[in-house]
This record gives sequence, C-alpha cells and structure tokens, in this order.
Amino acid sequence: MQRGRFGLIAGVLSLAATAVPAHAATITIVMENLVVSPAEATAKVGDTIEWVNKDVFAHTATARNGDFDVMIPPKQTVTYVLKKAGTVDYYCRFHPNMKAMLKIDGKPSP
Amino acid sequence: MFAQVGAAIAAVMLLGGPALAESKLTDPQIAHIAYTAGNIDIAAAKQALTKASNKEVKAFAQDMVRDHEAVNKQALDLVKKLNVTPEDNDTSKALSKQASEKLAELGKLNGAAFDKAYVANEVAYHKAVDSALETKLIPSASNAELKSLLQTGLKIFQGHEQHAEHVAAGLK
Ligand SMILES: [Cu+2]
Repeated sequence: MQRGRFGLIAGVLSLAATAVPAHAATITIVMENLVVSPAEATAKVGDTIEWVNKDVFAHTATARNGDFDVMIPPKQTVTYVLKKAGTVDYYCRFHPNMKAMLKIDGKPSP
Repeated sequence: MFAQVGAAIAAVMLLGGPALAESKLTDPQIAHIAYTAGNIDIAAAKQALTKASNKEVKAFAQDMVRDHEAVNKQALDLVKKLNVTPEDNDTSKALSKQASEKLAELGKLNGAAFDKAYVANEVAYHKAVDSALETKLIPSASNAELKSLLQTGLKIFQGHEQHAEHVAAGLK
C-alpha cells in the first residue's frame, strides 16, 4: 500500500514538475531511542525521505537553515520530498541532542 | 535565580550523597526514584501551563508533560512485566519534598518572572537528574531492561535540558 501511494505521489509530481524524475528514490531514516540513523545520508532533489519514528515520543526533523520542519508523531512514519539541494544539518526541536545531516545533490536521478 | 538553581542541584545531589553511598540502591528503589523524578517534572509543567505567559514556555511545558508521561508509562509497564513493586526510599522522599517547596516558591511568581524562574529550574533540574542517572542509577541497576529504560530516560532528560537552555536563551 505504501508503495502504491508513493507511486501515485511520484506520478502527480512528474506531471507537475518535469524536473522531478520518475526514478526518484526513497531513503529511510530511523529514529529509535532518540538516535537518528543513519546520521548522515545522501540523496538527490526529488527523492523522498521517509522518517520512521519507533519511539513513544514525538520527534521533529528540523533543518537548521529553515528548509524543512517535519513533525514525526510517536510510532509513525512521515515522508518528505526533497526540494532543494545542499548540505543540511537537522535536529529534533523537542530533543536537540538528536542531530543528523542530509547531503542533497542538485542533479536529480537519471 | 542562582539560589534557586543551587537548591535544585543540592536536592538531587542527595542521590549521590554519603547516606546512599553506603547501601547500594536496589532495582525497586531505582524504579521508584526514576518514576518520581518524571512525576516531579510533570507537576512542574502542569503548574507552568496554568501560570506561564510566554508561548515558547507553554509549549515547552506541554512537551514535558507529554514526554515524561510517555516515559513513566513505559516504566510502569516494565515494572509490571518484571513483577517489581517500586519501593519508596529516602532519595524519592527528598526529591518530592524539595519539589513541593519549589512548586510553592514558583507559585508566588507571575508573568515574565515566573517564566524565567521555571525555565531556569528546568535547566538545573534536568542537569541534576542527568548526572544522577549517569553516575548512580544506571550503574546501580541490575536488570538489563530497567537499565536500558534508564538509558533512554537519560537521553530524554539530556534532550530536555538542551531544549530548556534554548528556551531560556530566548527569554533574555
Ligand atoms: Cu525528539
């Protein structure tokens, strides 16, 4: 079901913006016991980040440069499509000791 | 402000005090202390929700209630599973006594003065609990699941300490 939904979103996106490729990837990042792993991930513009929160606490993925601020409720998975290139440090607003980094390449997947 | 911070640290220092150094804490006592430490922060946050005027301070207090209730629920589930009855002890009693004094003290403050004093105490309190968890409670815990829950608790308390520092910086 997750896959089907993602396909639909990707489809809509490729209609909306031709820059977004059909082969965009999904990168899974897990938050468990207040640790983000992998702490460093690489992706491309148009890829989807899937944050999986295994904790009973709400977390956020908040970019230090303001590019995104995603709330991930307890025991839930939230997806976000990367829109801008750059090296982005992000953290959890509720538990700022949770830190991670995304390297986002500007050239979309072929 | 410094006097308040000092008092909070002094109270939690009891955890490492000489009276306790003589007798090792048992798991039922450790569970009780950890649960009490969480409850104290929930009570402080509930007071802040009725008294705080700053939006960030209120949001912080809400986060404290939510997270510490979640940790304490895990703790209750664990003691039930392990068939352990949390045991009241001198450290828990000292913590509770100091906390009720702090509630009364903060209760006399209003507006920005309350906000500042509450957040300063949250920084100091979380710092003190961090060090008690690290140096006393975690090393003393025998059960592996209890130890692991305390380790998650430490990360939560450390996160809240940084969050409180951030809120405190915004109040200046
Ligand atoms: Cu968090």
